[in-house]
Amino acid sequence: MSNVLQIAWLIPILPLIGFIINGAGRNNLSKGVSGFIGSAVVFASFLLSIYVFIQVKNGHTDVLHYFNFINIESLKIAFDFKLDQLSSLFLLIITGVGFLIHVYSTSYMHEEPAKDFAKYFAFLNLFVFSMLLLVMGANYVIMFIGWEGVGLCSYLLIGYWFRNNDYTIAAKKAFIMNRIGDLGFLLAVFWLIAKVGTVSFDEVFSTVNLAKLTLTDKTGITLLLFIGATGKSAQIPLYTWLPDAMAGPTPVSALIHAATMVTAGIYMIARSNILYTMAPLTQGVIAIVGLATAVLAATIALKQNDIKKVLAYSTVSQLGIMFLGLGVGAYTGAVFHVMTHAFFKALLFLGAGSVIHAMSGEQDMRNMGGLKKHMNITHLTFLLGCLAIAGMPPFSGFFSKDEILAAAYANNPLLWGIGVITAMMTAFYMFRLYAMTFLGKFRGTHDQEHHLHESPFAMTFPLIILALLAVIGGWVGIPEVFMHGGHKLEAFLEPVFANTNEYVNAHHPHEHLSPSKEYILMGVSVAGALIALLYAWNKFSKYEKTELPSTGFAKLLENKWYVDEIYQSIIIQPLRSLSVFFNNVIEKKGIDGFVNGTGKAVNYGSRQLRWLQSGQVGAYVLLMVIGILVLFIIQLFL
Amino acid sequence: MGNYITFPELLIWLPMLAGILCFISKKEQSAKTIALIFSLIVLVISAVSLFYTDSKFATWNIVNYFYPNNIGNSFYVGLDGTGRLLTFLTALAFPVIFIATYKNNYKNAASFYGLMLLTQSGLMGVFCAMDALLFYFFWELALIPVYFLCSKWGGEKRIQATFKFFVYTFTGSLLMLIGIIYVYLHTPGRAFDDNTSSVHSFALNAFMNASLSASEQNWLFWLFFIAFAVKMPIFPFHTWQPDTYDQSPTSVTMVLSGVMVKMGLFGLIRWLIPIFPLATVKFSHIIIILSVIGIIYASFIAIVQDNLKKLVAYSSIAHIGLMCAAIFAMNQLSVQGVLLQMFNHGINIIGLWIVIELLEKQTGVKHISQLSGVANRAPVLTILLVIIALANIALPLTNAFTGEFLMLSGLYQFNVWYTVAAGLGIILAAVYTLNMIRNVFYGNTNSVVDTVNEISFNEKFILGFIVCLIFIIGIYPQPVIDLTKSAVTELITKIK
Repeated sequence: MSNVLQIAWLIPILPLIGFIINGAGRNNLSKGVSGFIGSAVVFASFLLSIYVFIQVKNGHTDVLHYFNFINIESLKIAFDFKLDQLSSLFLLIITGVGFLIHVYSTSYMHEEPAKDFAKYFAFLNLFVFSMLLLVMGANYVIMFIGWEGVGLCSYLLIGYWFRNNDYTIAAKKAFIMNRIGDLGFLLAVFWLIAKVGTVSFDEVFSTVNLAKLTLTDKTGITLLLFIGATGKSAQIPLYTWLPDAMAGPTPVSALIHAATMVTAGIYMIARSNILYTMAPLTQGVIAIVGLATAVLAATIALKQNDIKKVLAYSTVSQLGIMFLGLGVGAYTGAVFHVMTHAFFKALLFLGAGSVIHAMSGEQDMRNMGGLKKHMNITHLTFLLGCLAIAGMPPFSGFFSKDEILAAAYANNPLLWGIGVITAMMTAFYMFRLYAMTFLGKFRGTHDQEHHLHESPFAMTFPLIILALLAVIGGWVGIPEVFMHGGHKLEAFLEPVFANTNEYVNAHHPHEHLSPSKEYILMGVSVAGALIALLYAWNKFSKYEKTELPSTGFAKLLENKWYVDEIYQSIIIQPLRSLSVFFNNVIEKKGIDGFVNGTGKAVNYGSRQLRWLQSGQVGAYVLLMVIGILVLFIIQLFL
Repeated sequence: MGNYITFPELLIWLPMLAGILCFISKKEQSAKTIALIFSLIVLVISAVSLFYTDSKFATWNIVNYFYPNNIGNSFYVGLDGTGRLLTFLTALAFPVIFIATYKNNYKNAASFYGLMLLTQSGLMGVFCAMDALLFYFFWELALIPVYFLCSKWGGEKRIQATFKFFVYTFTGSLLMLIGIIYVYLHTPGRAFDDNTSSVHSFALNAFMNASLSASEQNWLFWLFFIAFAVKMPIFPFHTWQPDTYDQSPTSVTMVLSGVMVKMGLFGLIRWLIPIFPLATVKFSHIIIILSVIGIIYASFIAIVQDNLKKLVAYSSIAHIGLMCAAIFAMNQLSVQGVLLQMFNHGINIIGLWIVIELLEKQTGVKHISQLSGVANRAPVLTILLVIIALANIALPLTNAFTGEFLMLSGLYQFNVWYTVAAGLGIILAAVYTLNMIRNVFYGNTNSVVDTVNEISFNEKFILGFIVCLIFIIGIYPQPVIDLTKSAVTELITKIK
């Protein structure tokens, strides 16, 4: 039984091989070859992932042992992969969406020199490798290897155009913010090691070991892990790197936002579901942080004019919704939303890339408009993506978002209410984006207008596939009220969350919402979103450029609540001053001053003592006599 | 006993012989060749010694020569896990340094290489000595050539820097000597094979069994500790280091930072802790606090350093601080992490120095603000540097990750808050390292960097070799762990 999955090690290794080939051969490979290798290895991983998925679906889950990473008497960490329902689902998303992004990139990045082109694909492959390691790892340490790996890859890709200083600053920011979160993750792992002496998922989540953890342990560990998740999945307070990460090439944004990286936090918590379920305090924190992030990011997205920035904040907001789901115990819902979000957000980013490509690099929506006529496929697929993210039935986002919102209602109607408002804002800013880009009349320069064109097939093909998925991807999770046994995903993931379900049923079973109530909730959220959608459509299809600067609240939103500026002045500046203080005052004047002072004192002292060596015999005799006298006196007293 | 030529003897005497040959040769080229060939031979011997760890090879690994009617000292050297690891690091470091700086022309090269090899011999002796007097002898043998190397071949401010270095380390050494004599006077006697005996003994086991009261341990502990603390260095005994690293010729800096700082850590493990177990437990909090302060303090200073060499120096102080803290956390995880990390730190920091040396040689500057966009001119150098720098900040799958993970994990079991504070060092390390990469390698080239050329084959080879080691140990650290496992257990039991 274990043999059928043994081949799974190839899934991460193939992209790694792609990375090595493209990295080592970047000076010799033509663009065609490096693009092909980069895409082919991910496609091969995708095929293997399908195979694994089918095996898992047939009940063949397993933990595959490869070698011992660390083996000490008091701690054994094995290089193991865990293949179960959760990881196999993520494998499909990562390699599937990842593959489409690779294909898209072969065309999008075509103007890059061959050397950089190969470097780009090498990094892309490395990114996929790290993410695969993250989801396949059978313990927290292997997961952490991938966890920091994706952080590194985002750093490399955001700073891909390394000659541009702003971009490299954004890259650095991403890495450091992630590292702050990573420290939380590490501390949680240390805590686990100290208490249960193991980091393997199966062992940590066993009844014996869970019993060893007190409530404080569970709360502490889960909170620390959550800090890690706020870094990786861009939640308050560590979210500010993600919008800046737009500095990277657009397909990279798609990769970061859809297939890899930001979903890591969700995956990790879903993986640790039993720990979280047993730590209600943490769950409350997650729900509140998630919701707060969702609202904050949505308000910022309302006033952004950069097409990629809007999408970036929408990701932050959607991730917030997923965390809300995790916080209220809707693990399946959160994973479901990861999946649908991967489809429509990859679609939206790649669509935006197509628009930017057509606009010769222009990203400001104020200079767009009317692109509908020029870009049929991009326009249509983008519209489908917008409908999906806005939660319109029967598009994919509707099912996953409403599953989370329903669970939130069961937990606390207030959470649901704020969630619905967020959903309305989402519909508003997405259709503002849509209308400003595709509707109305063209507001750019003549050159740009002349240049407008639909993107080549390598770019539109992924758009079409993703659009299809964005439409139908939600049908694997049709709620019970619509169709009995419709929620295929829930049934599939059931074993992963079995412990949690058992625990919840034993401790505080929540009553199911009545069908009528569920219909009402859905109706309200869809109606709200629809109103916001139509309002935005109406308002922004007639958008005119104005030179008037915004004032008041609008200005506050345009400047993203000044969060970056606040961080700069209350954290970064003081720490920098502290560095300068340590260097200039304590180090140079304090410690070194003391050392040099001692040196000087010795010098001075020896100069003063020099008169003793006067060379006059009389003086020496005098000193000798004094010395002898002193000795006598001392002896007298002892 | 003494029937064979043992590993430790070969490791000590071969470099010394080579050093003397260098002095005699007088010619630059022949001195270079001698140094390279002998250091490679030593590397091979040391590598072979890694495979003869079993106790049935004891006669190959340990030897004890003594003289009739002596005061209880003897030529007593041996290799255990820790010693084997560090002698291997020493054996590895020198050829790497010689190859990386092969093109450098030193004036008076014969004495330069001669002194370098004497240092190697001294270092080997330090890591093998099982006799306190012998240990002290080698300790000084390793240090004294470095004073000459710094003061004769160093930068502009070399005299000042060497003086500071000398005052610090010499004060430390003297304190230790006083300590050694005091402990010696409290050791049990020693019987020799020829039926003679001495009243006291300098042997390591005798030192461990010295009859010292708790209060005596308390002050003796500090005599030894300060000597080792200066060498590592630990806050606030560290200010000699940035200046010395900055002013020494780079190959000497590589020896100092790659190998010689390990003398201090090794001293703690081999001598201080086993001899003064009571005091160790008593003072562990104070020392860990000092170390942790050092981590944060040095990291903060590293952030504002403009001088690349000082940046690496402060980064090293932070890293060593963590190792010292982990030693005093005294559990299996933390000590195992230290042993692993001692080796890794040596490799990584030598790699960093090689890159800095290359940059300085080509551009004539070593200040971050004067450099920009090196990646445009030398992509291979950049890639290799980025990998080494990432290893320096302990990214997973590089060698330093396992070491830091184990150390912090062990420290966590000792005290949570120290770990949290030490963990901040991980974040700060990312800040200064990425700043450095960004400012020096990214961006557009400036006039200084315009003349930089891609690195030559042997530079690629040696940096590539270091990068390979980084990944091999990073992915599969188990052999290093296995090598040092028993040494860890032995040390821990001393305390428990």
